[in-house]
Amino acid sequence: MSVASGLDEELRPTAVRETTSGGWRSIASMREFGLVLIILALCVVMSFASPYFLSWGNFRAMLMSFSIEGIVVVGMTVLLIVGAIDLSVGSVVCFAMVVAGTAFLAGIDPWTASLAGIVASALIGVAMASFVTAIGLHSFIVSLAFMVIVRGLCLAITDGRPLSLFSLPAGFKFIGQGTVPLDLRVLGFPQVYDVPVVILIFLAVVVVFDLLLRKATVFRKVFYTGSNEKAAQYSGIRTNRVKFFCIVLCSGLSGVAGVLYMARFGAAPPTFGVGMELNIIAAAVIGGASLKGGSGTILGAILGIALLSVVSSSLTLLDVPPVWQDVIRGVILLAAVTIDHLLHTRKRARGAVRAG
Amino acid sequence: MPPLALEVRNVSKSFGPVRALDGVSFSLRKGEMHALMGENGAGKSTLMNIIDGILRPDSGEILVGGRPVEIASPQKAHELGIGLVHQEIALCPDISVAENISMAATNSRRAWLMDYRELRRRADQILASLAEIDPQALVGDLSISEQQIVEIAKALALDCSILILDEPTAALTEREAGKLFAIIAQLKARGISIIYISHRMAEVFAHCDRISVLRDGRYICTEEVAATTQEEIVRRMVGRHLGDIYPAKNPASVDAPILMSVSHLQDGDRVRDVSFDLRRGEVLGIAGLIGAGRTEIALGICGLSRLAAGKVVFEGQEVTPRSYAESIANGIVYLSEDRKGAGVFVDLPIAMNVSALDIDRVASAGFVSRAKEQAQAKNLADQLRLKRGSLDDAASTLSGGNQQKVALAKLLSVCPKAIILDEPTRGVDIGAKAEIHRILRELASGGTGIVTISSELPELIGLCDRVLVVHEGRIAGEVSGDDLNEETIMRLASGLAIEGQEAR
Repeated sequence: MSVASGLDEELRPTAVRETTSGGWRSIASMREFGLVLIILALCVVMSFASPYFLSWGNFRAMLMSFSIEGIVVVGMTVLLIVGAIDLSVGSVVCFAMVVAGTAFLAGIDPWTASLAGIVASALIGVAMASFVTAIGLHSFIVSLAFMVIVRGLCLAITDGRPLSLFSLPAGFKFIGQGTVPLDLRVLGFPQVYDVPVVILIFLAVVVVFDLLLRKATVFRKVFYTGSNEKAAQYSGIRTNRVKFFCIVLCSGLSGVAGVLYMARFGAAPPTFGVGMELNIIAAAVIGGASLKGGSGTILGAILGIALLSVVSSSLTLLDVPPVWQDVIRGVILLAAVTIDHLLHTRKRARGAVRAG
Repeated sequence: MPPLALEVRNVSKSFGPVRALDGVSFSLRKGEMHALMGENGAGKSTLMNIIDGILRPDSGEILVGGRPVEIASPQKAHELGIGLVHQEIALCPDISVAENISMAATNSRRAWLMDYRELRRRADQILASLAEIDPQALVGDLSISEQQIVEIAKALALDCSILILDEPTAALTEREAGKLFAIIAQLKARGISIIYISHRMAEVFAHCDRISVLRDGRYICTEEVAATTQEEIVRRMVGRHLGDIYPAKNPASVDAPILMSVSHLQDGDRVRDVSFDLRRGEVLGIAGLIGAGRTEIALGICGLSRLAAGKVVFEGQEVTPRSYAESIANGIVYLSEDRKGAGVFVDLPIAMNVSALDIDRVASAGFVSRAKEQAQAKNLADQLRLKRGSLDDAASTLSGGNQQKVALAKLLSVCPKAIILDEPTRGVDIGAKAEIHRILRELASGGTGIVTISSELPELIGLCDRVLVVHEGRIAGEVSGDDLNEETIMRLASGLAIEGQEAR
C-alpha cells in the first residue's frame, strides 16, 4: 500500500481507537433483531390465543406460504438496493408458469420446459432493463407497463383458461410438493419433521444471496450505485450495467418462483400472482430496504415477509373476517415504515451532531 | 450628491466559526449602477442575500430610502422594492413567460382563480420596455439570454427600485450581453438603482458608475470608475500576503521530465483545444472563472465525459480513456468538486467508501475480504490522519474536511500515477486544508502527478509550481515563478490579457 515513498514515515498512525463492531453493521443487525422480537412476541401471544398456532403443521403451512414468494423478495430487495423497483413480478411469476406449462403440454419434458419459463422471464427483465438503462425511463413506470403487458401475454397464451398440468411426472412435482424427513430426535426434538422441498430451496436461495449480497464484489457495486449513482460513476462503476443486471436478476428469480408454483399446484392459472408485487415490496421495505436505494438486507427482507405471513396466519386463526385482514396488513406496513423512518432521521441528526 | 437608495452600515454575519462578513458598509445612490467586486468567498453573495432578506445579519443596520428597515424575508425585500436576480436562472421552464414573470405577484395575491388576461397584460407591459419576447412562449423554449431578461422582468414586476444582478453575463455571449446592458441603461434612466456583481473587469469599467471591493468578508474601498484603473481594482481585490502555511515548492520541477501530456483536447462544448504538459514532481494548478471549462477539461482527461478530439499520453504511452474505469486502470483518477454529490457515498461506511474505486483490490475470487478492506481503509486513514470513530461508521458522521480525506483515500487506494483534484479544499476548514496541501505536495515528490483545479487564487499560488489559466474553454496562459501572482491570473482569467492583445 505504498502511496508515495516518503509519505509513510512522515505520516504516522494516529492514536485512534479502532472498533471492529461497526455502525453500519450494528444498525442493520439491530433492525433485524427488532423484527425477530416482534415476530417472537406475536408467536407468544398467538400461542395463548390459539393452541393450534404452535403446532408443526401450522408452522410448516406458514413457511410454505412465504417460501416461494420469498425467492421473489430476494430479487426485489436487490432491486430496491440499486434504487429501482419492479411492479411486474406478479405477472412475471405467472408468465414463467404459463410458458413452462404450455411448453410441457406441447410435449417438452418438464425440466426443459421450466428452463424455458425461467429464460422467458429473464428476457422480460432484459426488455425492462433496456428501457430503464438505454432510454432512461424510471423503473417504476416501465415495470408498471410490463406488469400489464405480461399479464396480457399470459391471458393470450392460455386463452384466459387455466392450464391443467396433472400429467406432470412425479419426479418434477416432487420439487413443489415433496417433503424430506428431518430427524432431529437426537437433539431432543420430539418428532421427525417432514420438511417440504420448496422450503429447502428457499433456504438455499436465501443463504446464497445473503452471502453474495454481503460479500461479492458484484453486489458491492449494487450498493454503491443505489447509495449515490453519480459517486458510483465517479468511482468508475458502470452503473447502467449494474442496474441492468439487477432488473434481469429480479425477473429471473420471479421465473424460478413461477416454475416452483407450477410444480406445487400442478396447474398454471393465467391470473395467478395478481397483487403479489405489493406484498413483496412491503416485505422488503419492512425488512429495511429503502425505496431511495443504498440499503437493505436479505435477512431483513425475509423477516419482513415472515412477519406478514405470521400476521396473516394469526388473523385467520383468530377468525378475523377476511375483508378486514387487508386493512390490518396495511396498517402494519405503515407502522413498520413509520417507525423505521423516525429511527433513521434521529440517527442522522445524531450523526450530524458528531460531525459538527 | 444624489440621495441614497440603499445604505448598509456595519453589517456582520458569521456561519459557525466562519466570519463571512465583518462590519461591511456600502451605499447605493439613486439611479446609479454600482459594481460589487471581490474574489470567490469575499462575501458578495452573503451581502446580497442579506439585502434580499434570505439571510439575517448578526449585527449592523440597513437603510432603504433613508429609513432603517428590517428585511426579514425575500417578500419583505420585495415590499421595499428590492429585487435580486440570481446568477443561476431559477425559472419554471414548463410554464409561460407571463406566468413566470408574475409568479411572486401571484403568490401574494389572495384570489382563488388565475386571471390570465391580467397576467398577460402585465407581462406585455413589462416586457415591452425590455425586449421582444412573447409572453405566451414557454420559458424552456427561450435562449439563455432571453431567460436572463425574463428573470429581470420578474424582478421588475415587483415594482422594484433597487435591482441586484448577480453575474448576469456569466452565461451570455458578447452580443447578448450588449443587449442586456442596453436594457440596464434604460432601467437606470427610469431611476432604478442597480447593484452589479461581476468578475468581468471590462464590462464593469464600461458600464458601471462606481465600484466597491470586498475582500475576506471586509469592505475595502469604493471608487468612482472614472477615477480608477482595472489594475488598481485587481490589486485591491487580492492584496494580501501569504504566510508560510503552504508546503515548500519544488523549483527543480521546471526542468523535470514530462509525466503526462494532454494535447488538443476538445469536448465539442466547453473545452476548446486544450494542450498542456505535467512534469514529474510538480504540482500543476488550473485557474479560471467558474464556468470557464476547468472541470470539463478534467472530466475529459479522465474519460468521465466524451471527447470530441485530443489525446492523453502518460510516460510516453497513449492512455486516452473511453471510460472512467479505463482511466482508473491507467492510473489517472479524478476528485470531484461536488463532494457530497459525487465524491463520497455519505450513507456508506468509511471502509466501503475507500474501497469503491477498485473493489477487486480487497477481494479474492469475487468475494470482498472484510479483513483486507478494513486494513486498506485503516492504512490510508492513518496516512491521511483521518479523524474518525470506527471505519464502519457512515461517511456522513465525519466533518467536511475528513469526508474530503475519505474521498482522497478512495483515490489513493488504487495507487494512482496522476490525480486531478477539483476544488480539493472547498468547504474544508483551515487545518484540514493545510494537511491536504501537504499530502498533495508529498505525493508529487513521491512521483505522482498532481493537477489541482481551484477557484481560490491564494491556494493555487501557495501550492502550485505552475498554474494554467483557462478562459472560455481555452488555456489563456501559463504562469510560474515571479509571474505567479493573483493579478496576472485574474487578468488572464477575466480575458483581460486577450482583449488587450486584440486591441493592439
